[in-house]
Amino acid sequence: MAGGLGPILASQHLCVSSREADPRSSALTLSAHELGITGVASITISDLIFFRGEIDAHTRSLLNQLLVDPLLQTGEWDSIVASDLRILETSLHPGVTDAVTDELIRLASRMGLGITGVASGKRFAIKGTLSEHDLHRLVSSLLANPIIERWSVDQPIDPAFVNPEAVVAGAVEQVLIEPTTSHEQLAAINKERGLAMDPEEMIAVRDHFATLQRLPTDIELETIAQTWSEHCSHKTFRASITTTTGDKRDSLINSLRQTTDQINSPHVRSAFVGNAGIISFTAGRTLALKCETHNHPSAVEPFGGANTGVGGVIRDIMGAAHQPIACTNILCFGNPDTDPLLVPDGVFPPQRTRAGVVDGIADYGNKIGLPTVAGAVLYDAGYTANPLVYAGCIGVSNSYTEQIPPQPGDRVVVLGGRTGRDGLRGATFSSMTMDATTGDVSGASVQIGDPITEKLLIDLLADAQHLYRSITDCGAGGLSSAIGEMAEGVGADVELSTIKLKYPGLAPWEIWLSEAQERMVIAVAPERCAEVQALCHIHGVDFTDAGMFTGDNQLVVRFLGKPVLQLDTHFLHSGRPQRKMIAEMPRVARTLPTEAPTWLTQQNSVDVLLALLSHPNIASKANVIHRYDHEIRGATAVRPLVGIHGDGHGDGVVIAEPTDDFGFAIGIGVNPWYGVLDPEAMALAAIDEAIRNVVCVGADPRKVALLDNFSWGDPRRQTTLGELVAAVDGCCRGALAFQAPFVSGKDSLNNEYMGSDGERHSVPPTLVITAVAHVPDANGTITSDLKQHGNVLMLIGFTTPEFGASHASMVCQQALEGSVPQFDEAAPARYSALHSAITQGLIVSAHDCSEGGLAVTLAEMAMGGRLGVVMSQHHDHFTQLFSESLGRVVIEVQPQHEATVAALFDRCEVIAKVDNSPMFILSDGSKVAIETLLNSWTQQ
Amino acid sequence: MTAQPHALVITAPGTNRHPDVMFALRQAGATASTVNLVQLAQNPDALRAAQMIVIAGGFSFADALGAGRLFALELEHIIGSELELFAKSGKPVLGICNGFQTLVRLGVLPGGNDAALGHNEQGGFQCRWVSMKPVSKNCAWTERLTDDIYCPIAHGEGRFTCDDKTLQSLQQHDQIAFTYSSPNPNGSHADIAGICDQTGMVLGMMPHPENHIVARQHPQFHRGRRDGLGLPLFEQGVRIANA
Repeated sequence: MAGGLGPILASQHLCVSSREADPRSSALTLSAHELGITGVASITISDLIFFRGEIDAHTRSLLNQLLVDPLLQTGEWDSIVASDLRILETSLHPGVTDAVTDELIRLASRMGLGITGVASGKRFAIKGTLSEHDLHRLVSSLLANPIIERWSVDQPIDPAFVNPEAVVAGAVEQVLIEPTTSHEQLAAINKERGLAMDPEEMIAVRDHFATLQRLPTDIELETIAQTWSEHCSHKTFRASITTTTGDKRDSLINSLRQTTDQINSPHVRSAFVGNAGIISFTAGRTLALKCETHNHPSAVEPFGGANTGVGGVIRDIMGAAHQPIACTNILCFGNPDTDPLLVPDGVFPPQRTRAGVVDGIADYGNKIGLPTVAGAVLYDAGYTANPLVYAGCIGVSNSYTEQIPPQPGDRVVVLGGRTGRDGLRGATFSSMTMDATTGDVSGASVQIGDPITEKLLIDLLADAQHLYRSITDCGAGGLSSAIGEMAEGVGADVELSTIKLKYPGLAPWEIWLSEAQERMVIAVAPERCAEVQALCHIHGVDFTDAGMFTGDNQLVVRFLGKPVLQLDTHFLHSGRPQRKMIAEMPRVARTLPTEAPTWLTQQNSVDVLLALLSHPNIASKANVIHRYDHEIRGATAVRPLVGIHGDGHGDGVVIAEPTDDFGFAIGIGVNPWYGVLDPEAMALAAIDEAIRNVVCVGADPRKVALLDNFSWGDPRRQTTLGELVAAVDGCCRGALAFQAPFVSGKDSLNNEYMGSDGERHSVPPTLVITAVAHVPDANGTITSDLKQHGNVLMLIGFTTPEFGASHASMVCQQALEGSVPQFDEAAPARYSALHSAITQGLIVSAHDCSEGGLAVTLAEMAMGGRLGVVMSQHHDHFTQLFSESLGRVVIEVQPQHEATVAALFDRCEVIAKVDNSPMFILSDGSKVAIETLLNSWTQQ
Repeated sequence: MTAQPHALVITAPGTNRHPDVMFALRQAGATASTVNLVQLAQNPDALRAAQMIVIAGGFSFADALGAGRLFALELEHIIGSELELFAKSGKPVLGICNGFQTLVRLGVLPGGNDAALGHNEQGGFQCRWVSMKPVSKNCAWTERLTDDIYCPIAHGEGRFTCDDKTLQSLQQHDQIAFTYSSPNPNGSHADIAGICDQTGMVLGMMPHPENHIVARQHPQFHRGRRDGLGLPLFEQGVRIANA
């Protein structure tokens, strides 16, 4: 059991229970059964609120009024529970974000109540027959998480309170790194302090301080480790790479940058610098785009990890001086039917991870008031120990100007949330391989987000945009990264004792490196500070003048006037030796068969289709989508769910302000299974898919910007790096083919898990491509659901027997092998023709062909419109139905336009007709009812 | 030319649908501005200058201590019973979603031991489109509405609950403003989506008519659907604010 910050004193508690069945209770009981803990008959949840101080009868009655809704709830003071139940009580660690305790303390003080401390927790009353082992599993896999809370079984919990009298430990330690310190000693220091630095980097630090003729302080060493971490400095993407065959390669980041430069798009305003990519499709308006990963935190605390991931990417957009307007997410989990008993030690079962992650994303996006519009959910055994959480955000500005760096004399102003011991060492943590003890070692690594504070920041910044010179967010590395980055080339002098704290007692290094969420740093000219402060007061945002940008290129950090850190900003940002890495390029199979494989042709086509529709990667995601507010702002013009009953599968989404006649579309492309076999082809396929998705809803393929997000294993393994190099090659090829520039990207490496079996479990190479594209006519967008009996369905693009890593091969239990679908160089011209047809009003519906192939595409169109499809006979129907050839779209066209439309494309053939009868008749003549398709697709 | 009434939208930390409702009000012919609790405390008289008061949706105070509870406490602390007086003077008040929850907690609409908005029956936040039927002829906001409004819900605590006595009273005084005409999305008692106070000037509702103001916002816009706009509700609000 983890220790609290303060001494445990006697407290009183109020237990609030629901009068009727609490929906949370039934959900928990169901989850317990999913974990295979069938001895649980029921779990009943109650909320516990603990108070310290003088709580007399009058105060109790006031608190009852505050905390208990008489019609819905009962409240009982210092309740004791019947002994025939197993009782688990939890309470949040002090300092974990908790709006309930914060607000109660504020109210108690205003009402003059003698309350000195508040803590909150939960009580789970468990009925049933449970072995101690099952009880332990229930607690550790479902009900509690040591990262954020403590617990007690069958006895009342002693909650921990924040200790208001904790004393500041101001001491700074010097670390014994001398000119003579050996490589072995450096390695020992590196490991002991969890710095996650390369040996060459430790040497560079040693040599730097040798020239300064002094020892580094702990806070200096931590700051360097954070700044140079994979997470912050992307050393793999900046590394010089040689292949095992002796080829010298440009760094990966340079390859991507040069591709963008080569495309030289007039729509790019800023690429690969700052917090987000910035584009402009319309005069006077810019969009900021960013997608981030929050993988490791989501593995150890799914709710908090995903929650703060969303908050972080929204701040990236704010840090690019744009107003956030929409969120996206791509989630990768272990298979939903994973046996919870077979997951590695220290890993949550995928069911728990998924529930927590979805809750975390919904909680942040819904509360901050941004629509969560686009996304994907993928399942693979490779994600069981390393779930992936990609969170994206798009922002808008009508007055964007290029940011000016801070000027000497500008004030360093910290805005927003208070600082606690949150997420300490998050950047180095995410650069480490996880093992069963990761959760314990990095106990403070994950926090729960506070979307309301961030919402206030958004509103403040909208009003204060003209008052600050430059801005950045506090992400990994906290103030050390934010102020450190802003001070690059200018220098800053910062006083840490000015920083507002959540609770007293933080050491200087903790304040400096804390990853407390919801904070921004701005550079403000001194004469503007009063105005910013006044606005902060109105918006209820904490304002701290923490120091000054100096102009001497030195980063100086003080505590109560005494310097605790003094670093040359040039060394901090440019002193890291470039990593030298060796890549072994993947050998890939690209020989195509000439016909459908026999493992497929032996099957019944309807059975394959139904298996595909119920495959978790293809099945309806409606139950997740409805958890997210995708309607707020009223600008979601094409939704993630489409069709006559609002349950059909959409391609891209379109955002268009209600009174604008234009908008933009967002599309996602991702296929890790292709990546396992052929990373370059995967990248091309993902770009093709993302662009296909936006074109299908009405976007202009000539006005597209791309984001790349790589989640990979340990790149120090030569084959893993080779896969990364190949994927970047594919990105560059795809971007050039479509003339679609990358404007921002992020890599999350080391997504590996060392099992207790000693084996490393890596994620499959997972590249997520986000495409954002201009929609010239917001009233002329297209959805995928079938519209009208008698219309013809035409397939544009070429179909060849491409089954390597196809979903058909997965549902037929085939090994991952063979050639994956290859990029079609004619796709860009084809999509331009499609866009032209859409703008001419010739296309009624459009839907892209992706996982599962044409049969799934047609089934989704049919389900969306609740209309039937009658396919024409086809000689190689298995290839036609289930191949995943790229560059293909199905369009619905009125019969009188058939010839006009066909003439627009290099390849366009009528394959089916829309029919009133609710049947899907396949190209081999077999039939299946739309209702049957729906049953398979929605079962989850 | 009719005068443009001014609608004042009160926000708390966590209110987030105020831009949407201000768009709706402006499209309906009102002018609109926001005032947050800090500003309201500085200048409580701001209420008197308005012809309509709106409490918009969101997650005020992160729903801590229950949706709308702290917003209501703060309003009580700052403006006492000004909202009731405002309504009694014949001026309209509207609370949507978190605004509805707040008006119920305040007791401006039936609350306390009589009525409450509980957690959705199916557990957790839900965002989906619903149809709601204007029912009350006593409610100034709905009396002239003829068509169902089609608009989204986006809430976790929207299950209207009341005892039989309260339901009878609501029926008797024609205070049930809207009922769900599509499947009940949250388990609300008697399919109630919105209620008004006895004066008929204060309306509270869970769904978001402010998100269906222009035709393009209809989810079946691509299938030619143009019905169910929420705009007439706001136009009616403007009419009574001008009366």
